[in-house]
Amino acid sequence: MTSLAYTLTDSATMLRRQLRHIQRYPSLTGMLIGLPVVLLLLFVYVFGGTLGAGLAGGSGDRGAYLNYLVPGILLFTATSAAQGTAISVAMDMTEGIIDRFRTMAISRASVLTGHVLGSLVQTMLGFAVVLGVSLAIGFRPNATAIEWLAAVGMFAAIAFALIWLSVALGLVSDSVETASNLPMFLTLLPFLGSGFVPTDTMPAGLRWFADFQPFTPVIETLRGLLLGSGIGSSAVVALAWCVVAALLSYLWAKRSFNRRAAR
Amino acid sequence: MATTIATRPAISVSGLRKTFGDKVVLDGIDLMVSEGTVFSLLGPNGAGKTTVVRILSTLVPADGGSVRVAGHDLTGQPDAVRAAIGVTGQFSAVDNLLTGEENLKLMADLHHLGRTEGRRRVARLIEHFDLGEMARKTPAVYSGGMRRRLDLAMTLVGDPRLIFLDEPTTGLDPRSRHAMWQIIRGLVAEGVTVFLTTQYLDEADELADRIAVLDHGRIVVEGTPDELKRRIPGGHILLRFPDPTALHSAARTLAVAQRDDDALTLQIPSDGDVRSLREVLDRLDDAQVEVDRLSIHTPDLDDVFFAFTGTPASAAAQDAIPEGHR
Repeated sequence: MTSLAYTLTDSATMLRRQLRHIQRYPSLTGMLIGLPVVLLLLFVYVFGGTLGAGLAGGSGDRGAYLNYLVPGILLFTATSAAQGTAISVAMDMTEGIIDRFRTMAISRASVLTGHVLGSLVQTMLGFAVVLGVSLAIGFRPNATAIEWLAAVGMFAAIAFALIWLSVALGLVSDSVETASNLPMFLTLLPFLGSGFVPTDTMPAGLRWFADFQPFTPVIETLRGLLLGSGIGSSAVVALAWCVVAALLSYLWAKRSFNRRAAR
Repeated sequence: MATTIATRPAISVSGLRKTFGDKVVLDGIDLMVSEGTVFSLLGPNGAGKTTVVRILSTLVPADGGSVRVAGHDLTGQPDAVRAAIGVTGQFSAVDNLLTGEENLKLMADLHHLGRTEGRRRVARLIEHFDLGEMARKTPAVYSGGMRRRLDLAMTLVGDPRLIFLDEPTTGLDPRSRHAMWQIIRGLVAEGVTVFLTTQYLDEADELADRIAVLDHGRIVVEGTPDELKRRIPGGHILLRFPDPTALHSAARTLAVAQRDDDALTLQIPSDGDVRSLREVLDRLDDAQVEVDRLSIHTPDLDDVFFAFTGTPASAAAQDAIPEGHR
């Protein structure tokens, strides 16, 4: 086998290990998926009536707000899962087995790749559950099959970037507690963008931040694909953010992993 | 055991140096381990044993010196070294969320053994290491000895010709300790080279062909267990007497004894064998001397250290780097 084939085989082995971990530790997955579902229900049924009234020039209702909210909640699902990634990476690094992997002739990146792919599976599972609950309570998208595929792709792209970022955050944390707290700012970002309310009601400074932060174009792209609102340049900006964030985070994670070995 | 010394070195180390911050942990170490032998690095906690293992097994880079492991240069060809070695560290290196069997299977997959060969080897190791039904459970419910056995079994999945065992019996009860010794002897019989660290003189004596004593990052003495023991005065019988009169007559009867008038004790050199013990007691009986208490003292790490460094092992460890430094 070539070294590329070995890298792929080892990554697949590490992915199987990660899927077993997810299976053996279901409460973490439950919490990561449960949180966005609770938030969805809270916003729709508690705040939804009032917030909906502010949409579409004052003529909106709870149903309109649900449609507006879903893309934001989906992003929140990705950030919530990312927090789980940071926790499980940090937990893994405290285990002696990582040192064992380092003394074996295996592709070093495969340890991290296993985590990333495992988390991606977990996040997509969250995506499906949150979307399922949304549809059950009245979310009515008008997307075509192609638009659905594009929406799933967009979500997978931002999830992939966020997961690599969380892997890096998990690696630089010296304890599991730190790893659980570091990605907290990510879970706040959908709120400080167009995820929960349109940005044009925000005060000037905050509105400027909300319009230009990376999550807003991602949310706008999802909204456009699922509900037919205008996408404009959002898709290109969103993908650019995903590529840059994933690449920088990958390099940061790889460097941290190798440096951790030398301690 | 000392008769099987081969000529090709499995490990050769010269001038190995390592510092953590401004603390010198290894200060110019030279070692030579012949293929098919057991080499033991003996020293107290904090002497630098774990650091040596971590460097030789490619986990941390050295600051100076040259090292060849299994015929490969450590810095130039780390992957070739990794392919030849197996490491069982001081801290448990098992995946706690996987069952014992899954842990072994994981190793088989990472060694690219293929399905059939992997299964065959995993089944053989489960049987050989007496894991049985417990192999279907996660290590959370294992005893300390069983966990170590799984750990070592995982190291052996890839069939390494050279293995590093960092304090393999620390914290084990006597029975598990003897079981581990049996396993190590079995490996040696198959021709595996073993690099073992320990803080117990009896363990090194029991298993090793050569012993090197590490203190403050330097090798203070190296040789066969017999060579070392000959230079340690340590072994003796300690007799305590009820009163100075008894001490007096005992001292007269046993001419060679070392005497302590305050503690009312006599020290008689002995390696602890029954015949010399009986002889001492017979002579005291004949002289009708009453003995209060008897204890047998066999040479331990403290004696080794006292003989070669002039300080006991406990003092040597006090200002050393904690082993967990990493």
